[in-house]
Amino acid sequence: MYRYDEFDHQLVAERVEQFRRQVRRRLEGGLTEDQFKPLRLMNGLYLQLHAYMLRVNIPYGSLSSAQLHKFAHIARVYDKGFGHFTTRQNIQYNWIKLQEAPDILAELAEVEVTAIQSSGNCVRNITSDHYAGRAKEELADPRIYCELLRQYTVLHPEFSYLPRKFKIAITGSPHDRAAVAVHDIGLRMHRNDAGELGFEVLVGGGQGRTPFIAHTIRDWLEPEHLLSYVEAILRVYNMRGRRDNIHKARIKIIVNQMGIEKYRELVDAEWERIKDSALKVPDEEVARIHAYFAAPQYEALDDSGERLRALRRSDARFDLWLGSNVVEHKVPGYSIVNLSLKAPGRAPGDMTADVMDAVADLADQFSLGEIRVTHRQNLTFVDVKQADLPALWQALDALELATPNIGRMTDIISCPGLDFCNLANARSIPVAQDLSRHFVDVDRLALVGDLTINISGCMNACGHHHVGNVGILGVDKRGKEYFQLTLGGSSDESASLGDRLGPALPQEEVPAAIEAIVEEYLELRDGPERFVDTYRRVGLEPFKEAVYGAAGAKEVA
Amino acid sequence: MQMIIANRLTDGRVVFMDTRGVWVDSIQDGALLLNGSDSERLMALAQRSVGESRIVDPYLIEMTVDGAERRPAHIRECIRVRGPSVRTDLLVEAA
Repeated sequence: MYRYDEFDHQLVAERVEQFRRQVRRRLEGGLTEDQFKPLRLMNGLYLQLHAYMLRVNIPYGSLSSAQLHKFAHIARVYDKGFGHFTTRQNIQYNWIKLQEAPDILAELAEVEVTAIQSSGNCVRNITSDHYAGRAKEELADPRIYCELLRQYTVLHPEFSYLPRKFKIAITGSPHDRAAVAVHDIGLRMHRNDAGELGFEVLVGGGQGRTPFIAHTIRDWLEPEHLLSYVEAILRVYNMRGRRDNIHKARIKIIVNQMGIEKYRELVDAEWERIKDSALKVPDEEVARIHAYFAAPQYEALDDSGERLRALRRSDARFDLWLGSNVVEHKVPGYSIVNLSLKAPGRAPGDMTADVMDAVADLADQFSLGEIRVTHRQNLTFVDVKQADLPALWQALDALELATPNIGRMTDIISCPGLDFCNLANARSIPVAQDLSRHFVDVDRLALVGDLTINISGCMNACGHHHVGNVGILGVDKRGKEYFQLTLGGSSDESASLGDRLGPALPQEEVPAAIEAIVEEYLELRDGPERFVDTYRRVGLEPFKEAVYGAAGAKEVA
Repeated sequence: MQMIIANRLTDGRVVFMDTRGVWVDSIQDGALLLNGSDSERLMALAQRSVGESRIVDPYLIEMTVDGAERRPAHIRECIRVRGPSVRTDLLVEAA
């Protein structure tokens, strides 16, 4: 993992003390709320429905056990005993006191964690594949370039007051687990015909009230030009992006209004001017960062194929868990293990301080002390010896973290919704809880296979409903909560936006509607076809009839 | 019928204005405002509290009163006053 050097430590410490002085001035009346708000947001502090909310960065989703223990400590001492992992590899605390926020940031700095730029109109946490450096099909480790971009964009004076927030994600694998096509900039690592490594650069993706799949602005970018090309994109956006209307201020609006060809032309003109400047990334800097992400000293092990197969035959629950939550590692004898934060009835992404401590201890015991946070609001151990899988499964089962549902219907992404959020129109968590209790049969989850359900409590789409295979959007209809379904969304390498199914439904009718969709899918699917592939083949109509034909036409639209 | 609601600056906690213009923790102690002139008078006091850096973002909410029970008319404000509906262990008070 990356470790701070003396400059990092000094920068973060100075930032904490700067914020401490800003908070003091606010509390003493020296700053108005209008003056203070952008300062607190740049330090991750929102004012939400019940209290202040602090969002803490987990760069590219990578955590040490010491950092997770610190998160538990913050939850216990400064909050109400739990935290919430988000879709952008952050953790949020919901009941922070303003006067204590500087102390929390100082405590986080002790373990090299910050909340800098976790909010505000700046470049946010750089996110990535939670299997980075471990996935068998990976072309190159994206974390090196995530860290390079993190260092470059944090407190960059030119890009601290952009028209609106700016999100970057990188994948080093052909299978996209980082949702790069719905980011302001998405970077896909790939090799050219000569076998050289580079990036496909995507721009202008995003969700919210005006969703777009990103356009490819450049098919091939040499890694040495990463900073200059990203700077050119940001500079054009900073100059041309709208500042008069918050709903039209994201880069996706300007890219899609002027067209990708015109945007590319502007970026290329700027890039030509700066590409051979000091922004050219020196090989030695890449090598320096790369050293932090060197592979651990793995033991020379054989895959435990036969032993695991015997265990799977003898224990159906273990078999189901292994089939859905455990993934092949690039090193023989090791596995990647996903911890499901989606047990029946649980709020997706929530974790208590006690469980955080227990998970950190398990990471030390079973996975070289590292934990990854996934964009689907789960955790991952990336270096587990296959021989340890049975013991780890039992330990995770005892913590209710072994529900065999990764990528299945109840692995639901959910924003905090109206239970916590100032912007929400409807509660998302209760819908997720209803569905996780309704689809509790794990054999049926396995039968249905890959099917993502994403829930947002408003059109800002923090729950990624646009790119759920089934999307659920909470809407307010004359003071009552209703839920609009979309079908066919996807955030992987074949990213697509979901199509609206029909009139919104009251909360109590959502599980039956999803049940009808699933039954229709099982009826229509061709062999092992995934839900999203069946949908793309047959379209909306059969599902519309299944839901509204069965439940009767609703007069609520 | 209305009530003035805000966040306390120091800890962000939801607070209510009472008939004296004092910020109180319980909706039961908040002032029920029956007419526009009362709302206007107390909102002026609320804005003064903003200037004094005591509270943030005061606004009027619609209230429903049924006998001794008083609660916000809209679900958003009910959740704001009472606490998250999904964490009954963290509820602030009945509303």
